[in-house]
Amino acid sequence: MLEIPVLRWGKPYESFDQQEVVHFETGEPLAKVHQANAGLVKMDMRKAQRARDLLREIPISKLLEICKKAADLYMTAELPLGNGTQTPEEFCRIQSASTGMPEWMCAGNMKKVAFVLENMESILDALTRGLPLDILTKGYGKEERGVMMSYQAHSPVLGLVLPSNSPGVHTLWMPILPMQIGLVLKPGSSEPWTPYRMTEAFCQAGIPRECISVYPGPHDVGSTVTELCGRVMLFGGQQTIDKYKGNPNVQAHGPGFSKILIGDDVVDQWEDHLDLLVDSIYQNGGRSCINASGVWASRHTEAIADAIAKRIGPVGPTSMTDPEAPLAAFTMTGAAKAMNGQIEEGLKESGVTEVTAKYRDGERLIELERCDYLRPTIVHCANTDATLANTEYMFPMASVVQCEQKDMLKKIGPTLVCTAITKDEAWSQQLLDATQIDRLNIGPIKTNALNWLQPHEGNIVEFLFRARAFQNESPAAH
Amino acid sequence: MTDNSNLDELVKQNQEALDAHTREHVQWHFNPETGSPYWLEKAKSFDFDPLTDVNCFEDLNKFPLFEDDELRGGPVDRWIPKALRGKPTYVFETGGTTGIPKSRVVIDDFRIDYENFSDTLPDESFPKGANWLMLGPSGPRRLRLAVEHLAQYRGGISFCVDLDPRWVVKLIKKGKIDEVKEYSAHVIDQAMAILGAGHEIKCMFTTPKLLEALAMRLMDEGSSIEEAGIKGIFCGGTEFTQQWYRFAREELLGENVYITPTYGNTLMGLACGRPFDPADNYKITYYAPQPRAVIRVVDFDDHTKVVGYGETGRVKLFTMTKELFIPGFLERDEGEREVPHIKYPWDGVSGVRPFHEIAASTTVGVY
Repeated sequence: MLEIPVLRWGKPYESFDQQEVVHFETGEPLAKVHQANAGLVKMDMRKAQRARDLLREIPISKLLEICKKAADLYMTAELPLGNGTQTPEEFCRIQSASTGMPEWMCAGNMKKVAFVLENMESILDALTRGLPLDILTKGYGKEERGVMMSYQAHSPVLGLVLPSNSPGVHTLWMPILPMQIGLVLKPGSSEPWTPYRMTEAFCQAGIPRECISVYPGPHDVGSTVTELCGRVMLFGGQQTIDKYKGNPNVQAHGPGFSKILIGDDVVDQWEDHLDLLVDSIYQNGGRSCINASGVWASRHTEAIADAIAKRIGPVGPTSMTDPEAPLAAFTMTGAAKAMNGQIEEGLKESGVTEVTAKYRDGERLIELERCDYLRPTIVHCANTDATLANTEYMFPMASVVQCEQKDMLKKIGPTLVCTAITKDEAWSQQLLDATQIDRLNIGPIKTNALNWLQPHEGNIVEFLFRARAFQNESPAAH
Repeated sequence: MTDNSNLDELVKQNQEALDAHTREHVQWHFNPETGSPYWLEKAKSFDFDPLTDVNCFEDLNKFPLFEDDELRGGPVDRWIPKALRGKPTYVFETGGTTGIPKSRVVIDDFRIDYENFSDTLPDESFPKGANWLMLGPSGPRRLRLAVEHLAQYRGGISFCVDLDPRWVVKLIKKGKIDEVKEYSAHVIDQAMAILGAGHEIKCMFTTPKLLEALAMRLMDEGSSIEEAGIKGIFCGGTEFTQQWYRFAREELLGENVYITPTYGNTLMGLACGRPFDPADNYKITYYAPQPRAVIRVVDFDDHTKVVGYGETGRVKLFTMTKELFIPGFLERDEGEREVPHIKYPWDGVSGVRPFHEIAASTTVGVY
């Protein structure tokens, strides 16, 4: 069996504490992952500056080349993993077996990671707004227009407390190393695969091993990473997000509550956008924070809900190896059942109707011996006060909400991605001014259509670096 | 290498001593002249007579399982054996994060327990006459007085820094992690002040988490536990894992600082760790202070059945001193049953960790 050690600034460490990662369907052990303890992390964090120092010895232009090479290795090479090796196919197979994501979705997520790495130069150029990148290395320098700029790293390393079940989010930390910031990764218990494979790909491509630590471990390892790294990106539920609200050191990623708003000017032609609505809700198993969980319109909402439900209501689980498997499994005991219970409670409220039920043969919740599935669910909410009007679950589920256009921005709440299908310029301006919306699409664009030249949930450059004043000569008299 | 040639004989002798100790203490606790009101009253509900039907340790299985909820609330003097009434009495509490804490009345037991424990400490690491730092929970717990007595018994003086675990649990439950950190820093500040004040402290009691925090603070200031003058640490109070033990010896302390894990509670006294042996791979095995207290590793479904050596079960505790009689109580821990050791020729327990069925609902290791 695969045995995967802790990596302490690149050095493998075999712990007495190990945790088995098992196949979610069969219970078959897939790997033994050595577990760090909080003390190890505390001890190692005392040397965090060394990671940044080493990375700063490599020009960013060279790091961008390393990213391209790492992308290729990640996608194509048989890479070492603990006491064994892993081909890309084995990677997809084992990731699917532990997370419940169909294999084709795992392969799709690999492509996303590779795309980000291959295009890192453009991405950094966009995210830094064209800043000469050596300013990040040196700390100061002049832009082309002759203005002195200075950027100071908030932390020599970025800590990441990663999720167990969403391999796609790993794209978010790919730009860290080329910005010469070290990585401290705490993998999710069921998804150690991406952190380890990426680490190996980066290191074989030329990143010094001393720049990356990987600490699988229990909860207190994650909290120690969060406590000791000057900047941390973490993933969790709404409770986690609320816990870190207002903490400038932590960028917490959780539910997106992403939505599609259909303007009054186009709502009578809603059928033209049905594919967009379905794809936004349904692609990637509905598991992403950028999947739409709400469709808001002032009229035709019952017909819209019915049309979406007709398309995705009949869908059920298939084999993980099915190249078109539409749904991911819930591998954590009781999670799907709890969500199903919450949905059933929500359906008891006035004006709330499930539309998918009539297109589905059987129950929403499918309980198997070692995993569960939730089948696609579309709910119609006749008012915005219904609990289900603004919820999000990790499967294809959305509420179609009837709401006057003038009230939408007052009612939608925090929204990671908002697609507003409209040509109404006045409303577009209000949407642009709406601070509760993070990523805004105006026009028929899927919520899950990402442009990597745009920031995602906050600009990672702004999170890691502080723009500040710097002078190395007296300013002109004025 | 340990000489185990007469281990079997020692085990046999200790079993006989335990049986004799059991008979003596059952006679004491159930004699109307000497026993405690609690046990004399309780005996009326038994379908056997402890005075005639308990003749060896195994006979303790005739008693119903002791429920620790019995220890909540007063009057606490119902626990004091009649023969000991009028002596200066302490009450020590355990838990107490929610509701009424469990209480135990004590007269001399904590001193006797720690004097016995003292005999297991190597003098080169815990020099006689050296001063101590007690860095851990005091308040209504027995630890402060016990460690203080240990220091005095060995000819030293104990300096104490308090930590209130009940407050820490409240902060954690409210998600006030910054305040937990501040409080922890406040505790370590006090330890640093005492260590830096020229008190010639060479020995210490603390918990794993506090030791970690103190060692890291010393490192941050360019020093270490060893450079602060500490030679020996006895460490316990919260979960102490094999991995942490290795980390402490290999990275936190260095080879010149002795650390011994202990496992104890208000009811038992102090179980000692099996002496460190590299061949054990840092495995931690505890031995109860027999015959005053006995640990058995029992089947999860049948607490009267001891599991086989190396097998996993729930920790069951028996206490038999003149002050307290507990004829079998299921601890909130599980572990593996271990073979006797030449220094402790009776059953041990290793891998002690929170009992898997209640672990998820418990806030452990807060200090």
